[in-house]
Amino acid sequence: MNKILRIDTKRKEFSYSDPDDRYALLGGRALTSRMVMDEVPPTCHPLSADNKIVIAPGLLSGTTAANSGRLSVGSKSPLTGGIKESNAGGLVSQKLARMGIQAIVIEDKPEEADYSLIHITKEGVSFLPADDLVGMTNSEVITTLWQRFGEKVGVACIGPAGEQRLTGASIQLADPKGNPGRAAGRGGLGAVMGSKKIKAMVIDDTGCERVKPANKEAFSEVAKKWAKLLTSHPVSGEGLPGFGTAILVNVVNEAGAMPTKNFRSGRFDKADKISGEMMAELIEKRGGIIKEGCHPGCVIKCSQAYHDKNGDYLTSGFEYETVWAFGAHCLIDDLDAIAEMDRLCDDIGLDTIDAGVAIGMAMEGGLIEWGDKAAAIDLLNKVKTGDPVGKIIGNGAAFTGQALGVDRIPVVKKQALPAYDPRAVKGVGVTYATTPMGADHTAGYGVCQNILKVGGDVDALKKEGNIDVSKNLQVATAVLDAAGLCIFVAFPVLDSEEGFGMIVDMINARYDTNLTADDVLAIGINTLETEKAFNRAAGFTKHDDRLPAMFKENLEPHNVTWDFTDDELDGTLSFG
Amino acid sequence: MEPHHRHDEPMKLELKLFATLRPYLKGICEDGTLEVPDNTTVADVIKLLKLPEEQVRLIFVNGRHSDRNRELCAGDRLGIFPPVGGG
Repeated sequence: MNKILRIDTKRKEFSYSDPDDRYALLGGRALTSRMVMDEVPPTCHPLSADNKIVIAPGLLSGTTAANSGRLSVGSKSPLTGGIKESNAGGLVSQKLARMGIQAIVIEDKPEEADYSLIHITKEGVSFLPADDLVGMTNSEVITTLWQRFGEKVGVACIGPAGEQRLTGASIQLADPKGNPGRAAGRGGLGAVMGSKKIKAMVIDDTGCERVKPANKEAFSEVAKKWAKLLTSHPVSGEGLPGFGTAILVNVVNEAGAMPTKNFRSGRFDKADKISGEMMAELIEKRGGIIKEGCHPGCVIKCSQAYHDKNGDYLTSGFEYETVWAFGAHCLIDDLDAIAEMDRLCDDIGLDTIDAGVAIGMAMEGGLIEWGDKAAAIDLLNKVKTGDPVGKIIGNGAAFTGQALGVDRIPVVKKQALPAYDPRAVKGVGVTYATTPMGADHTAGYGVCQNILKVGGDVDALKKEGNIDVSKNLQVATAVLDAAGLCIFVAFPVLDSEEGFGMIVDMINARYDTNLTADDVLAIGINTLETEKAFNRAAGFTKHDDRLPAMFKENLEPHNVTWDFTDDELDGTLSFG
Repeated sequence: MEPHHRHDEPMKLELKLFATLRPYLKGICEDGTLEVPDNTTVADVIKLLKLPEEQVRLIFVNGRHSDRNRELCAGDRLGIFPPVGGG
């Protein structure tokens, strides 16, 4: 029986309740966004007692379905001021599902300054003092908690950035090896957790059984086909495991869409030095690991263990977007320095995209020189120590740009643009502008049809077709996020006639329902409608669904500009 | 501006092979330039380099997607990728 676990951080109490009927077939982002809408006043201050954190596994999490162990963390974002769902790998999603917890709702905030460690087991929830953990990096926290509670417990924690309630702060999750390589990174949710004085949560599912689908045989039959679909597609079966997401450095650069020196050009002349090929070469040479999953049951394995020059572990979950943010965006061409910054972000608890774009703002604003990797690393270290300059960087790109008098600040709804120039990958540009999340590539990854030619072929440089590309992907992605599926399943699903039907069949077999494909798509549409409604009530208007004026400039090498009209953008997410 | 050259003269291409295709540059055009006859198509280059068919997924000519029938011009930048993705 699924239940909702409420944790009252003020009274240090917890309670279980049966979910409202309306939540019966909601999971992941569909549930977090619905509950945030139902329970969080849209105009509240995100760091106030009125805000909540809702943590939910997906509808398929905890089952044997491949790549179904993603977690949704929802709240009102301190970065954007709007609704947020931040999606992460790690161990927590599957454990919550096995414990029969449909969502954890973290409420209120304590008056005293002491931090708590929340320990969740089959028996209940304990609030433990966290004095010994305060000030620790996320690596130190996870190491300590695995020693104390056993290896393989799920951990969600904040680092020094979250403790300081900075708007670039992430919630980090232990990966299967106990490194803080997975993150609910975007939107500053670490600051919300910090405001509620929770340093870490341990989720221990000892004694809980595996999730049993209502129709076990039907489920395992589809789940087998599903795993085969993922491993047999060339992108999810070969490309991603072979080179990780950083393979995109060369692809996006070749397409002339690699934002370089704060979106001044679409090509970085040192791209080969920070490429996925270079990463794979260094990993092999230094005895690292080329492919790792972010959660048990992942068959795509886009993560890795990146070792330093001495052959010692440095970082994992070393993504294309991170390589871009600290690399081409800042004109830094040293992969080891970028890996060091990825490690620092995981440890301090910072979103790598907003932190990297903020470092670029520091360069744009003259605080440090373009390409100065040592100065960039130094700035990140200052976030850890609570230095005032560190607080500026840790609040993200929009805040840093403003603090330094910069006039080219690449953000939408105050969230930094990721690693694809919207003028040269127009499908994802539409997503940046219109998703309720603020600039977010994962919300509708138009790179698929524009650059990778998966799921269709739509010209990246022209407007035609790209509103629809973004719209359809935003709906489909909201479905994947509700199901707890990794977004990379989209590569095979978009290229296959049967892929989406398999997701529908697995949900039906899991819950003994008779949903049609349209019913499942409606979960995605309703989620987007809910998120838009929250943002409207929080004060957002259509004028917030725009890219900054800097994108009116021409971008080389294709000499393209951002040319969508306001009306075109405003129609993107209207479902009539 | 299209660079001009006379018919039948070899023309130089800038060639970039990525990921699993990179080893195929070895011994043929390690400096990244390839001389080919006039009227050479992308398909001709794929054949010349003996690239495995199933590994040729994305073709860029001067940063734009291209198909295999495209005739190349002197100075063109040709990039070829196997199936890759990320995000």
